[in-house]
Amino acid sequence: MRLALVHARYQLLETIRIPVAVFGSAFFPAVSMLFFVVPFAGDDPTGATYATAAMVTFAVMSANIFQYGVGVAEDRAQPWNPYTRTLPAGPAPRFAGRVLAGLALTLLSLLPVVVIAALLTDARISPGAFGLAVAAVGLISVPFTLLGLAIGYALPSKAAIVVAQVVFFPLAFGGGLLSAPGDAPAFVETIAPYLPTRGAVELMWAAVGPWRPAPLSVAMLGVWIVVLAALAGWAYRRDEGRRFH
Amino acid sequence: MILARADQATRRYGDVLALDRVSLDVRAGELVGLLGPNGAGKSTLLNLLVGLRRPTAGRVELFGGDPRDPAHRRQIGVTPQETGLPGTLRVGEVVDFVAAHYPDPVPRGELLDRFGLTDQARRQTGGLSGGQRRRLAVALAFIGRPRLVVLDEPTTGLDVEARRTLWEAIRGFHADGGTVLLSSHYLEEVEALAHRVVVIGQGRVLADDTTEAIRGVVGVRRVSLVADDLPALPGVVRVERVEDRTHLLTTDADRLVRELVASGAPFHDLEVRPTSLEEAFLAITAPGGQDAVPAGADAPPTATDHAGQPAAS
Repeated sequence: MRLALVHARYQLLETIRIPVAVFGSAFFPAVSMLFFVVPFAGDDPTGATYATAAMVTFAVMSANIFQYGVGVAEDRAQPWNPYTRTLPAGPAPRFAGRVLAGLALTLLSLLPVVVIAALLTDARISPGAFGLAVAAVGLISVPFTLLGLAIGYALPSKAAIVVAQVVFFPLAFGGGLLSAPGDAPAFVETIAPYLPTRGAVELMWAAVGPWRPAPLSVAMLGVWIVVLAALAGWAYRRDEGRRFH
Repeated sequence: MILARADQATRRYGDVLALDRVSLDVRAGELVGLLGPNGAGKSTLLNLLVGLRRPTAGRVELFGGDPRDPAHRRQIGVTPQETGLPGTLRVGEVVDFVAAHYPDPVPRGELLDRFGLTDQARRQTGGLSGGQRRRLAVALAFIGRPRLVVLDEPTTGLDVEARRTLWEAIRGFHADGGTVLLSSHYLEEVEALAHRVVVIGQGRVLADDTTEAIRGVVGVRRVSLVADDLPALPGVVRVERVEDRTHLLTTDADRLVRELVASGAPFHDLEVRPTSLEEAFLAITAPGGQDAVPAGADAPPTATDHAGQPAAS
């Protein structure tokens, strides 16, 4: 655990020394709020609250998939990475450190979304629900973190960027993140429960309002976590650093 | 006690055979130099031993177990490639990060002092000079008070003074009972440090002997001349005829030339050149095989396209 914190601290240090990276991950969700939520759902308290929760889910997903998918793949291409693999620590502290750092950066990138929702929309949330929502963010980060790690450890960085981009939009749209609850196109409503994004956004909605999550979506989210954990673990173990021989 | 062992270790990268059934034992207290040209398989062997890669066939062991198990890496120290230091982190931070992995690390101040980096502690590694980065990279191998340090080309690209500083650190560690396995393509470096030399070429162990014995072998020179008939000459380890030229590989070129002149045998176009390490070893180890003489960068051009028969030596 101590080592995990050490890894997290250095991960954050490296990121924060290049501040534009932090700015970048906060920028995208904030702009999405301004373009998609404020004009369309801004003056309906329930709609704005749910839409903000969906946007938070969207931000968590994109931040994690890119942060880990691309970040890990790029790190693996650096000679420092194989060196750290010679240190007497297994994968756990490095994994955990990366996840802690990722969670911190994800929360940071959500700040503008929450500020915009509070100032520019009629979204309303009680302090208790806000606490629940923060906990839900931690929970729904898990599948997307694992997905990002699987991509990052399995692929070289150029391929990882493409795959991250290819998976993230269908997951967002297909999971119904871009529609109000129950208001997505019919085929989206059909496939959504089987995607991890749906279970995630339903948990967020349940945290911020009276929404009752569908058991199928939540169960599928659990299945996804197990499958993605296995995939990430497999990709990590087969990784031997960069290979061009 | 054997600290690191490769037993018939083979490693392929796709079609390329980087390491071909290599066996090597490193015993406690040894200072072993891996000598060989670039691409010979030195780094691959070290990567197997520190657990970065798995052998395609055969076994590797570190402290009696699988190097990929972190517990078996607790008593080794490894040097990152100097270009691989995280550029945004400060020197002190890099040291602290590595130190956090060990139960009883060398205190930061002491380590930086030993490697002459005290004044650089607050600087980002990206802003260091090449020599400073290299010293930091080597210093990292010693943080955890290892019993075995594995140094891959520790002084490549350093100026003479910086090289001597590092040599002193490595010698000091060995004098205190530490075991060292280092790779180099400089004979000079291996001579200066190692007691035992393992020569690697084309993925195989070509020789494994004391420094003195290896120096005798790699001190081989190529004396080439045009002559119809040569007397028996001293110290010739191999003779090649390539078109009308005769190439004599010898351990003592001075004496050979002296005797050649004294014999009165007619010759012309005399040349004396150093052989490459690889060439010297292949000349001696390949069974009758002039085909094995590689097209190394510093091998004489005639070595690649000769078609003559070996003469009796």
